[in-house]
Amino acid sequence: MKSTLMILLILTVGGAKLLAQTKGKKVVAAKPQAVTGAVMANGKKIYNQYCLACHMADGAGVPNMNPPLTKTSYVLGDKTRLINVILNGLATGEEIDGETYTNVMPAHNFLSDQEVADVLSFVRNSFGNKAAGISVAEVKAIRIKNTKK
Amino acid sequence: MVCNRFTTVKKIMKKILYIPALLVVLAFFSLYAFKNITSGPKPDADNVGLKLPEGFGALKVADIGAKARHIVVTPQGIIYVKLARVKEEKGIIVLKENSDGRAQITGGFGNYGGTGIYLKDGYLYASSNKEVYRYKLNDKNEVIDPNNPEMIVKGLKMGRQHETKSLVLDNDGNLYVNIGVPSNSCQEQDRGLRSAGIPGCPLLDSAAGIWQFKKDKLNQSYSEGIRYATGLRNVVGLDWNQQNNQLFVMQHGRDNLNSSWPEIYNTKESAELPAECLYALKKGDNAGWPFMYYDGIQHKKIVAPEYGGDKKKEADAKYIDPAVAYPAHMAPNGLLFYTGNMFPEKYKNGAFIAFHGSWNRAPEPQKGFFVVFQPFKDGKPSGDWEVFADNFAGSAEKAAMNKADHRPCGLAQGADGSLYVTDDAKGTIYRIVYNKK
Repeated sequence: MKSTLMILLILTVGGAKLLAQTKGKKVVAAKPQAVTGAVMANGKKIYNQYCLACHMADGAGVPNMNPPLTKTSYVLGDKTRLINVILNGLATGEEIDGETYTNVMPAHNFLSDQEVADVLSFVRNSFGNKAAGISVAEVKAIRIKNTKK
Repeated sequence: MVCNRFTTVKKIMKKILYIPALLVVLAFFSLYAFKNITSGPKPDADNVGLKLPEGFGALKVADIGAKARHIVVTPQGIIYVKLARVKEEKGIIVLKENSDGRAQITGGFGNYGGTGIYLKDGYLYASSNKEVYRYKLNDKNEVIDPNNPEMIVKGLKMGRQHETKSLVLDNDGNLYVNIGVPSNSCQEQDRGLRSAGIPGCPLLDSAAGIWQFKKDKLNQSYSEGIRYATGLRNVVGLDWNQQNNQLFVMQHGRDNLNSSWPEIYNTKESAELPAECLYALKKGDNAGWPFMYYDGIQHKKIVAPEYGGDKKKEADAKYIDPAVAYPAHMAPNGLLFYTGNMFPEKYKNGAFIAFHGSWNRAPEPQKGFFVVFQPFKDGKPSGDWEVFADNFAGSAEKAAMNKADHRPCGLAQGADGSLYVTDDAKGTIYRIVYNKK
């Protein structure tokens, strides 16, 4: 009786632990990328080439059409959502801090993990923004998660 | 003795003549002053910040604090303004002018945002982004029943971009509606990097053109309408030329030549291509979107990169040529043929175009934020266009950075020949007048 209970206890605890591990496969809690001068320089290069045309040199966007990047909840908030905006684009017309924008943002999944990490770290530390960088590991994990879906 | 009498007579004569002389002078002055007051409203001292040609002035009619799109001004001095987004559930704002040219908001109706508004034959026509309504007017051009319009057209395609439905009527009972296409250049992936064009672009069946309907049939949709012209990406400014009885439209040309095709176009080429085109339309015309764009520098119709173009290959000759090509990306939102008598002769039957201002010229400086004048002769463009009303942006730097204070959108002509301009950034309504001096 005692041994059965023991086994049951071990199984329950073990099961609970397993559950906890697989429960919400969140972003790998990697160390945020240190936003070095090199990261900012590379990020800026990518921004100028792929982002500036729509979001403008000062990140202000275009009223009614292209959202700004200046201290918005999308830029400063949820990292998963932000990384997915780069990888998948944004075409839902969802509200961004109370406003809607008509243009479609195409997917930028052709950027490497390093390029995504660098440009996001750059954006999160430009245009009046100040936030932790995005790491290559974070981007990689999201990309893997997206392919698994 | 004679001397004295004569001198006295002289004195009396002088006194008697003084009074009528004074009266004549007084009358002359008061009439002259009165003439100035009754000859039209006076412009503001600073012309509302606008830069205008010699002899022209501007006054601020009102600031309605909403996204003012197209506008109608009646001979009675009622102004109807269509709002892009409703303000307190009103999508059409009504104003009444005072004798000094300023106007007060007297009300509003129509709980739908949109751009198109036009007055013709006793009705006010207005559009949401899917439908066209019309409101019967009394003999003072007041809307009789603002809560019960007739729905003339319904079910028009509406995506998230190029969604507005500008409209105009001809003199034969027809209504023309722009149906812009919710796509930049019909790519498989809209605005995507090196994304090819969808073969044959099926979007053309229900968008990217001007559709013609009857002005007085209820509940028309695609099956009751005619695709009058096709291959037009998005037309916000359009007008009926009364001189030669023809529809003219301004197209918003495609974006993203460099961002989608960096191997073919650098950022400078992308900023300067394609032209914003004025088209003179006949039924059945095809302006060529998405398969081509108009290169205003080479003056050629060029195959779009989405459909195999390389910046040089010329497009099929079947596509129509523009009447005039203007600099790229300036966003023509208003077109008006001037038929008034206030402005000098050279403006008669020519076209004013409101350029809303570019965004797709970055990293080059942005351009536009002004109203231009295009001279016409016998229903055809004749001579170079010129900037007519400038500095809506507030400064050259603000214009270059797309940080304009005001962005011109709609155009209308008053009964006295004034030119009205709306601003959809802050909702300022301008009235431009000419003073013969």
